[in-house]
This record gives sequence, C-alpha cells and structure tokens, in this order.
Amino acid sequence: MSQHIIDFLGVYKEYDGVEVLSNINLYIRQNEFLTLLGPSGCGKTTLLRIIAGFEEPTRGDVRLFGESIKGIPPYKRRVNTVFQKYALFPHLNVFDNIAFGLKLKKMKKSVIEKKVGDMLKLVGLSGYGDRDIAKLSGGQQQRVAIARALVNEPEVLLLDEPLGALDLKFRQEMQLELKRMQKTLGITFVYVTHDQEEALTMSDAIAVIDGGVIQQIGTPEQIYNEPKNSFVADFIGESNIISGNMKRDYLVHFADNDFTCLDRGFNENEPVKVVIRPEDINITKNIADDMITGTVSSTLFMGVHYEIRVHGDNGFEWLVHSTEFFEAGNRVGFTLEPDDIHVMEVSQYDKMRVDGVPEAVK
Amino acid sequence: MKVKLFLKRFYLAVILIFMYLPIGALIVFSFNESKSMAKWTGFSLHWYEQLLQDPSIAEAVWVTVSIAMIASLAATFIGTLAAVGMDNFRKKSKNIMVNFTYIPMVNAEIVTGISLLLLFIFFNIPRGYWTMLLAHITFDIPFVIFSVLPKLRQMDPGTYEAALDMGARPAYAVRKVILPQIAPGIVTGFLLAFTMSFDDFMISFFTSQGATQNLSTYIYSMARVGINPMINALSAIMFIVVIMLLLVINLRSVKRTKKMPRVGSFR
Amino acid sequence: MKNRELRNVMDSRKVFALPYIAWIAIFTAAPLILILLYAFTETGSGGVMVLTAENLARAFSSLYMTVFWRSVWMAFIATVICLLLGYPVAYMLSRMKPNRAAVISILFVLPMWMNFLLRTYAWRTLLDNAGIINQGLMALGFEPVQFLYTEGAIIFGLVYNFLPFMILPIYSVFQKMDISCIQAAQDLGANKWQTFWRVTLPLSKGGIVSGITMVFMPAMTTFVITRLLGGSHFMMYGDLIEMEFLLMSEWNFGSALAVVMLILTIVFMWLMRKYDKEGEGGALM
Repeated sequence: MSQHIIDFLGVYKEYDGVEVLSNINLYIRQNEFLTLLGPSGCGKTTLLRIIAGFEEPTRGDVRLFGESIKGIPPYKRRVNTVFQKYALFPHLNVFDNIAFGLKLKKMKKSVIEKKVGDMLKLVGLSGYGDRDIAKLSGGQQQRVAIARALVNEPEVLLLDEPLGALDLKFRQEMQLELKRMQKTLGITFVYVTHDQEEALTMSDAIAVIDGGVIQQIGTPEQIYNEPKNSFVADFIGESNIISGNMKRDYLVHFADNDFTCLDRGFNENEPVKVVIRPEDINITKNIADDMITGTVSSTLFMGVHYEIRVHGDNGFEWLVHSTEFFEAGNRVGFTLEPDDIHVMEVSQYDKMRVDGVPEAVK
Repeated sequence: MKVKLFLKRFYLAVILIFMYLPIGALIVFSFNESKSMAKWTGFSLHWYEQLLQDPSIAEAVWVTVSIAMIASLAATFIGTLAAVGMDNFRKKSKNIMVNFTYIPMVNAEIVTGISLLLLFIFFNIPRGYWTMLLAHITFDIPFVIFSVLPKLRQMDPGTYEAALDMGARPAYAVRKVILPQIAPGIVTGFLLAFTMSFDDFMISFFTSQGATQNLSTYIYSMARVGINPMINALSAIMFIVVIMLLLVINLRSVKRTKKMPRVGSFR
Repeated sequence: MKNRELRNVMDSRKVFALPYIAWIAIFTAAPLILILLYAFTETGSGGVMVLTAENLARAFSSLYMTVFWRSVWMAFIATVICLLLGYPVAYMLSRMKPNRAAVISILFVLPMWMNFLLRTYAWRTLLDNAGIINQGLMALGFEPVQFLYTEGAIIFGLVYNFLPFMILPIYSVFQKMDISCIQAAQDLGANKWQTFWRVTLPLSKGGIVSGITMVFMPAMTTFVITRLLGGSHFMMYGDLIEMEFLLMSEWNFGSALAVVMLILTIVFMWLMRKYDKEGEGGALM
C-alpha cells in the first residue's frame, strides 16, 4: 500500500528503571488514521509524545519518512499536536492562538490572516478570531486547538485524547468532523484514546496497547471480530470470556458443552479462552431442548439496547445485549452458532503476531 | 440575625481602629504647632516646612526608596526565573530548594541580619548601601518565588509544550507563553517584596551598621532622643501617597475586571 | 550529541534556577554556616580560631535560659492573643463578597507603609502617663493608669505589630478552602459548632501554623518594641543577641545565642512544611 510515514523500530522507554514501553514495533502509513487505544497508564500517550519530541526513547529508533528523528527537538519536527486539555494560550485570543506557529515562521501578515481565516472556516469558527479563549465553550476550544495545530500543515497530526473533555453529543459530532478533516486534508492522524467506540468508528487502523506492549494491530473490524487475546476482547467491548479447551479442529468445549466453531490450528485439548460478544447471543423465552438455559438476574436499559445478565443453570454468568425487554426472573434460553464463537490463545502476549515489523529489524 | 451582623461589623471596626489609631494620631499631630503628641496647641505646617530643608531626611528617604526599588526588581527577576526553573525540578530537588526558600521567611529576622553581618565581616566587605541592598534582595526573593510558584501550578504545562510543538524555541516559549500566564503572581511578588523592603528595620540595621541609614534605622537612632515631628510629617505624606496610588491601581483594575475574568487579588 | 540537545530542550528551564542557587549558596547557606562556625569557635591568641563548646554551654546556662524562657512566654501570650483576635477576622473576611474582602485585607497590609517604629512610637505617646488615653480617663474621673514600661505594654506592642501576619495567612487558607466541605458537614447533620470544630478548624490548620510562625518568631526576637514600650526594663531574646553582637562585640557568644534561635526555626520550618504539601510556601502568604 502507501508509504510508511512513521516507523517505530524496537522502541523501549523507561522512567527511573520502570519500563513503560516495551519493544514497540509499529509503522504508520501515509494518510492513515491510526488510533493508539488502551487504558490509562498503558503508555499510549508516551508513544505519542515520542513522536512529538517531548520524550526520547530509551532504546530503539523512530523514523519519519525513513529518517531517524531521534534527538530532534519538538520545534524542528514537522508534526503538530492537539493536546489533551487543549493547552490553548489563555493570554491570547483565538486568532493569535492559531497564528502562533505562523508568526514564528515569519510569514507575511496578509498570508497569516488568510491562513487563519481558512482554518477558522474549516473548524466552523469563522468570525471568532477576536474572542477570548476563556469565553469559548469546551467544544469551541477544541476546534481552536485543532485549527492551531493544522494551520502549520504538519506531516502528521498527533491527537492526545482530544475529545475526552467533551460531552457525548459533541464528542460524536467532533468524531465525524475529525474524520472528514483527515480525509479532505490528506494528513496522517495519530490518535490516542481510551474510548474503544471512538477508536472503532474513526480509525483506519488500531493499535491496542496494554502494559507498554502492543497487544494487537489491525483494522477496526479485525480488532473487534478477531481479538487476539482476552485483553483485547475485553477492552474492545464487554464480552463473555470463558475458559475452555480445544477438543480438535472446529470443536471447542466450554460451559459444560461441546460447540462447533470456525477455529483450527490449536493443539489437541489445548486450554483456550472463548469470546462471545453479548450482542451475538439471541435469547428467547421459547426454550427448546438443545438450548443453554438460565434465569435473568438483572436488566439495565442502555439507551439503544438492554444489558441483560443471565444466570445459567450450569453456573455460568452470561452477558447479553438485546433490544427486547426481559424481566428479572424470566426463564430464557439461547443457542450459539459457530460464527458467534471466537477461540483465543490463553497466554496474553506469547504467541502474539507483531504486525508490521519492518525489514530492518527482522 | 441583624444583631449578629452588627456584632461582626463592630468587631471588625474595633480591630481596624486599633490598627489605625496610632497612624491617625501621627497624621493629626504632624500638623500640631508644638512638638507634643499629647497636647494640641494649634494648627501649623512648620514641621512640613522644616522637612523640606532637612538633607539627612531626604537622604534616608532616598536610601529607603532606592533600595526597596532595586532590591524588589532584582528579587523579582531572580525569583521569577528561579520559580520557573524549580517548577521543572524533580520532587526531591524542588523540596530542597523550597526549604532553602523558607529559611529567610521563617528564620528570626535578627538571625538573618547577624548572619549576613558575619558574612560581610568575614569577607571584609565594608557595611553600607550595597550590603544593605544585597541583604534586602535576599529576604525579598522568597516572597516572589512563593507568589509565582502557585501560578505556575495553576498554569497548564501543556501550553509550553504546545509552543515548542508549533516551532517556538524554549527561550521564546518561556517569554511569550509562560511569562504572560504567571504575570499576576510576578506583580504580587514584586509588590510584597517592595513592601517588605520598605518597612524593614532589623536586617537593614545589622547589615548597614549605621554607615548608611534608611528611614527605619534613621528613626531608630532618633527615637532615643525623641522623635522630631518632621518624621511624622514625612510619613504622613508617604502614607497618603501610597493610599492614592492604591486607589488609582484599584480603580484601573476594577475597570479591567469588567472586561476580563478576575485573576487573583492581593493576597 | 543530538540526544543531549533534546534533553537540553526539555530540561532547559531548570537552568533558570541557577542564579538563585548561587544566591542561596552565598547569602543563605554561607551566613548560616558562619554562624555555626563562630558559635563553635573562640578566637584565641594571635587570631587563631579554636574549636570550643563553651559558647553554646554558656548560651544554655540558666542565666541566659531565663531570658529565653521569658521571651518564649511573652511571645507565646502575644501569639495566642493574635490568634484569638485574628482568626475571627480572617473568617469574616473569607465570608465577605470578594471585592469587599480584598479591600479590607489590603487595609491590614497598608499600615506597613507607615514605618513600624513610628507607629510603635505613636503608641508610646498615646499610652504615656500624660498621653491622650490617660487624659481621656482623667476626664471621665478615673485615675491615670501606668501603661508604659510594663510587660503588658510590650505584649500590646507585639500584638499590634504582628496581628496582620496572623490574619493574612489564615485568610489565605480560608480563601482556598473548598466551601462544599463545610456544606457537606452541615448536610451530614453537623451543627454550627460541630462543623467549626470538626471541619473548618482542621482545614485551616496550615494557615494557623503559618500565622503562629510569622508572629512568634519576630515577637521573640524584637528589641525595638521592648525598648520603646518596655523602656529597657524587660529584655527579650532579641535584646540579648543585639547587645552581645553590637554592644559587646561578642560575635562567638552572640552566634551561639543565634544557634538557639535556629533550633526554633528548624522546629517551625518542619511544622510548616508538614502543611505545605505542594511546596509552594503554602499558607505563608
């Protein structure tokens, strides 16, 4: 496909001997929307700050267009950042905030005015140039922060949980808008978030990170449908994760039953984790003989669906999403189809396939 | 409820009267014809007239004002830079620095005074204007640092990084991004430093050893033989000038607060 | 090489503290070391410094400890009075509208702009046997009262001079206090007194500690107020140090007396640091 714009080659980062990033091998393609997804403290922000130049890797190399950027200070890198809490300059108005980088480049006043005007238009804030930063709403401040970074025409735009402080409605609006900007401007976006929904809706590619290690890299579909390990499965969405073992190819045993599945290539009787997405379970009150059965223990309305907890008769707890309402105490049953069942290795990191290890390291 | 409110106001008023009674007496009796501060013998301006003709008082005023000005400016410069630097120290080193900054504030002034005196004696530096100035800078710096540090903490540290991110070099980022944000703290620090310097007696007394006299040491040496009402006249003038200045500053800041959100007050 | 350049960029702001570090070394650390040096030495024949513990032993002897404890006692009384008078003022200020509170808090700073020696001297004339206050008393038919040259006069002068240093730190803590804590206490069923004793007072401890330090230390070591209002009848620790240093030129023994004060400084610094978790001078100002 297209050219690599950023390469991480065996990057390690330590603070006072504590490893926060471990053997990061990752490439980012040009014009790609890549999301670094993980819980807080997983190292995703550190990774971003290494690209920006605020942190230096302890070991390993980072390349921009194939050239090492180690030791190059942030003000000499052609990347810009949208900061988590915006980091707008409170003593400057909207126009001067956005023009900050351009003024440093000693551009002509007329050019600056035009560029800032275009940016304000792009983020939907035309006519806000004279406003005080403190007088803007959170959403507007967010837009200024984006404009301030984009106006410098970076090769890569780094976004550090930029929507974290916005309420749900604005967040969804901004998600769409960011995606639109990324497409029209053709800039590479590296986006950090802990919100899996955000990651799934916006990204071309997602790198799931935990404990300073990349757990899985792939398209949103791959990550969601074929999680590599239970961490990814659990983090990407609330799931039923059940211990079991692989009887043979295409046959897995869990929850006291044998099920036909689509997975193969495991050792005979190898212990595995089985992931079943709550929305893949169709429960019904019309119980048939071959069904797994249980009693509804609680029902919670989640806006678009009900989150139902079912206490199985053989002792297992099931999490089910359904648009239908079931009352606590209802007797229910369900079957599992082969494509609802995802079988994963038990060990979290051992057999992980690392995507995109460039030739240089191999 | 009303009785309570009245009691509260009354209490505050009593305390304020307590604070201002001697000041009022000083100002009133500076217009007294006789030297007495107990018997009013008639209105007169002649202490004010005498004041204008006394070179030693003018000298003391000059020493006081110039030292307060130079010392507080120097302390503001050194202290602001130090606060910005300390803010980036690791916790341990920052703590050590904060402890050293505490010393001149907590230490008894007399101990600070004699310790500096010993320093000047030890290195054979003649006591006078310059030693007094150095001493004043020393006890002024902590006021600046402790005014600026909280402002640095309130500031979003991301703004400095954002400036670098957009191509600013560190010196430029500090000047254009950090300084404007901590400006209120710097101003407060400067005012505090100036006030402390202006009112200081103890440290000035020990570090100048009579070679140079500021108002405090001048008054002290005079107090033994009785204070000349000229000094009262002088302090009345200075006090009123300060009140005027404060009124002007306050009126201006009231106008500004209408335009801008409030950024701290005099603490 | 390049790596170092980046480290320099991110750390470059630390360099700004260098002038101050130098300043501390010369004007804070070195003078204190000199005090210790003088306190523990004696200048023998031929100007040679000889190590000795005699100065310190003398400083801790009963004669000088009497002065020490009397100073502690007087400063303690003055501090308690300042706390009792100042705490309610600080509390009231914090409950006022911000603008009015700002104005009134400035009123407590303003007197510093009139030289404190003059203000104290003014009290001396007001409290004099023939002063205005006694004139008033006599006009009302009372006997004149001997105010001046008593321990009471000194404590009065101490309270007058250092009261603002008690009010301002406590006020500053009240300002930063989260009002919802107090509301939460009331919400949980605490009455006014319970709220005060269990929430307000503990939360303002930092300010109280700062206030006590800012009043106690200078009160113990003043020699001006004792001389103006006490008329040399009463000696505070400050008088002692000043006398040894300037009158007797006993630098070694004077330093030993200063070391005694330094011990107090360390105690107070430790106390204040306990309440200054952010390390920013906390409630000092």
